[in-house]
Amino acid sequence: MVKVEFLGPIGKAPVEMEAKTLADVAEKLKEDGTVKEWLPKCAVALNDTMVSDLNTPLKDGDKISVLPPVCGG
Amino acid sequence: MELYRGPLDVKEIFGRWLDEEAESNYGAYIPFVGTIRAEDGIEALSFDIYEPVLRAWFDGWQEKAKARGAVVKMAHSIGDVPVHTSSYVSAVFSPKRRVALELIEEFVEDFKANAPIWKYDVKNGERIYAEDRSTPMDGSGLLA
Repeated sequence: MVKVEFLGPIGKAPVEMEAKTLADVAEKLKEDGTVKEWLPKCAVALNDTMVSDLNTPLKDGDKISVLPPVCGG
Repeated sequence: MELYRGPLDVKEIFGRWLDEEAESNYGAYIPFVGTIRAEDGIEALSFDIYEPVLRAWFDGWQEKAKARGAVVKMAHSIGDVPVHTSSYVSAVFSPKRRVALELIEEFVEDFKANAPIWKYDVKNGERIYAEDRSTPMDGSGLLA
């Protein structure tokens, strides 16, 4: 199982799921109508490191963070 | 990198940073202060931060600055920050002014684009995500 957390204004509780790659996570998240709307503008971190490859392999206990558009300062 | 709940004590932070580098032989110290402006009827801005990714982002900038003989510092607020107070300060120290002038611009611009911080307007005590002023981070849309 991997854990997916939704940061900032997304306002959704973390979910756990079975996934072998980030592509599997993408497929499952698209089934949630509210989350699906956020995905085109969200970046992704795996265990607190930013990632850019859908084929990134996942292992049990991994933490995936979904980061919506930012505005610091 | 320093994180505080509520507004920043700008004078204390800048004074302390100046003291920290007093003997470092830097010829230039360029501070930047972000102050909350009163506009659109807001009482305050409010901030969420994802600290692990922010620290990694900042560490990357420390390395970039070091490669140019410079140091970057920053402090940011978490939670509500009233108008006319400050939520963000940063600074660059470098041996000569040119590197510091260039770095402060690059650092503040990348901060706006890629630091994992979310901003909300506070109106009538309600927090409203500042969606129209927010920028998707590099690599956004991976899961879409």
